[in-house]
Amino acid sequence: MVTLQEAPSVTAPARRPRRKGDGRAAALYLAPAGILLAALLAYPIYQLVLISFYDYGQPQAAGNAPLVFLGFANYADLLSQAQFWTVLGKTVGFAAACVAGSLVVGTGLAVLASRVRSLPRMLLFLAALGAWSTPAIAGSYVWLFLFDTDFGLVNEVLSGIGLPFEHHSWTFGTLGAFGLVAAEVIWCSFPFVLVTMYAGIKGVPDEVLEAASLDGASVWRTTWTIVLPMVRPLLMIATVQSIIWDFKVFTQIYVMTNGGGVAGRNLVLNVYAYQQAFAGQEYGLGSAIGVVMTLLLLSVTGLYVRAQRRSAAWL
Amino acid sequence: MRLLPFVAGLALLAGCAPTQSAPAGGGGDDKTGTVRVWLFDEANRAPKDAAVKEAITEFKAAHAGVEVDVQWVPVEGRADKFSGAFNDPANAPDVAEFGNTDVSSYAATGALADLTGDLAAWPEGKDLIPTVLDTAKSGGQTYGLPWYTGIRALYYRTDVFTELGLKPPSTLSELTDTARRIRAAKPDLYGISVGGKYTYAMLPFLWANGGELAQEQGGKWTSTVTGEQAKSGVTQYANLLKDDICPPAQCANLTGTQSVTAFAGGKAGMTIGGDFNRKAVEQGAVKGKYAVVPIPGTTAGSIAPAFAGGNLLGVFKASKHRSLALEFVELLGGAKYQEKMYTAMGNLPTLSSVQQKLAANEEFLKPFVDTLKAGTKFVPATPAWSKIDSQNVLPTAVQQIATGGKDPSAALADAAAAMDKAFG
Repeated sequence: MVTLQEAPSVTAPARRPRRKGDGRAAALYLAPAGILLAALLAYPIYQLVLISFYDYGQPQAAGNAPLVFLGFANYADLLSQAQFWTVLGKTVGFAAACVAGSLVVGTGLAVLASRVRSLPRMLLFLAALGAWSTPAIAGSYVWLFLFDTDFGLVNEVLSGIGLPFEHHSWTFGTLGAFGLVAAEVIWCSFPFVLVTMYAGIKGVPDEVLEAASLDGASVWRTTWTIVLPMVRPLLMIATVQSIIWDFKVFTQIYVMTNGGGVAGRNLVLNVYAYQQAFAGQEYGLGSAIGVVMTLLLLSVTGLYVRAQRRSAAWL
Repeated sequence: MRLLPFVAGLALLAGCAPTQSAPAGGGGDDKTGTVRVWLFDEANRAPKDAAVKEAITEFKAAHAGVEVDVQWVPVEGRADKFSGAFNDPANAPDVAEFGNTDVSSYAATGALADLTGDLAAWPEGKDLIPTVLDTAKSGGQTYGLPWYTGIRALYYRTDVFTELGLKPPSTLSELTDTARRIRAAKPDLYGISVGGKYTYAMLPFLWANGGELAQEQGGKWTSTVTGEQAKSGVTQYANLLKDDICPPAQCANLTGTQSVTAFAGGKAGMTIGGDFNRKAVEQGAVKGKYAVVPIPGTTAGSIAPAFAGGNLLGVFKASKHRSLALEFVELLGGAKYQEKMYTAMGNLPTLSSVQQKLAANEEFLKPFVDTLKAGTKFVPATPAWSKIDSQNVLPTAVQQIATGGKDPSAALADAAAAMDKAFG
């Protein structure tokens, strides 16, 4: 609760009287970043929003058909589709499972890493960084090979020890396919949590821990009342970051479930947008999905910014 | 933050409509330079590459100062590649190969040159089979030279059929029985390898049962897949994706290529494959152990209407080498290279003289030519078809029926609604 008590001093800093010319200097310093942001972020978003109000397909993009302004028709169309809501629900569930999984695995291994000797720690980090740096497509295919119905190592091992997994298809059932993809996503996103949380745990001053043990606090008690509050801002950042990443998963679902699973039952929002709009060259509808996703993630990012402010207060 | 509304306001003032590229210009007619050609990449490209290289050598010998640059376009990634060419005519190729199902949507972008007059003036043009030429048309104009026809027929394993004492099926319901018997006798084989995402294997079932995909009235298309006959056709196909024939866990998501690959790898008793799949099958484990017959219809002796697929060679409107591009198309699509492409890839020619000549000597071609003669059908000739295809509308219905997720009426009602929405 340290952070909460200190918060007011940060939100209301003592104001220095402004000198003339400060504003201009600030504007000059901010200009490069501002121009970059405007070119790379503001303009594309502006176009995205604009396109979402039009009937904009390939003939329109190629300049061979007149533009028709639709207003909010693309949005109305999208929000009235039953499948959109199903897919949105599945996306939220899938992302939640991935976030929870990466946090548990990442934090658990961070705790482990902070307790073992340097050699096993180094091996752990090497393995994690290997997973982290594997391109999403390559990782997805490797997992598919491992879990292949007929030739996969996993089925071979599981049926070898007597379990009924011979010719088991991991990508057929709705839950099975989501589970497999979630495992792959967790595998390639836990290292971020691991590194972040390891830094957090290492950042807890030794004196504090020493004082706690001198006062006779148990390991459990130390973890809950000392370490956890001190790493909470980092945990928050890791959580929000993971939410943003896992909500936007495309490659893994697209590759591992062959474009959204049997009868589209493994679709997530990004793949749905691609299939409905971009492959079908309905860029107007696709842009509307893009805007809806941006708004959803923007609200999550709001939390992220607040978490960052708190962590600044803590540092 | 205070700047934001200002910037936004400025941007709105700057132009309130999304950017569009300028319509494709007329191009030019340079007689020298590089002719850029896009051809589809194939699972086994080497023989196609060799035949095309030969044509290029011949073309360059006849035209001094001309280079031909070939780029191989992956079939799955074609949408992005062609969208790029439509949006930026300056970087579009001069000549491109494309599927006849894409003609309507490509024509709507105005990027392709109308070849109606050129093909009429081409001496070999009269030899083009009329029904095949029709698949190159959109709005009455021809946008490409039919390069080859893709007709699908039934591939089956001669060794398995002999061993089990089976005969090639003569009706579609017999086909289902035969497939079931193969799997019962040999559980490690699929009775027939077909897939939920293999639309062009499903269509003969739909058509043979008397169904239609859609009908046109006064320029407006309406889906007809909810009709009783269409429903029984789709259901008959979906029923192949069952544990006792082709288990849904393995087959529900298979595409056409994957279905043929499974057969070529010796994992299936039958499959539905095209003339163009011959090379893939020949190079697989089943070489010398297979034969091909037309897909049977609902009554003995009849042939199910096949989908008249095929690829065309078109010229981009913005091409700076219009005559050269056209000449190259006419060379590659002419009798000599159609025959070479048959030898290289097994592609069924679109010129009737070449087709007859080959069919007389080539046992392999007979079932495909027979199917062609029995009458073929085509998907709705509207730009909406590309959309329906890429949104997986029909595969979703087949998969829902096959896995029991929805009953046929409900699945096809959804599909019809999606189709009607795409038709507009």
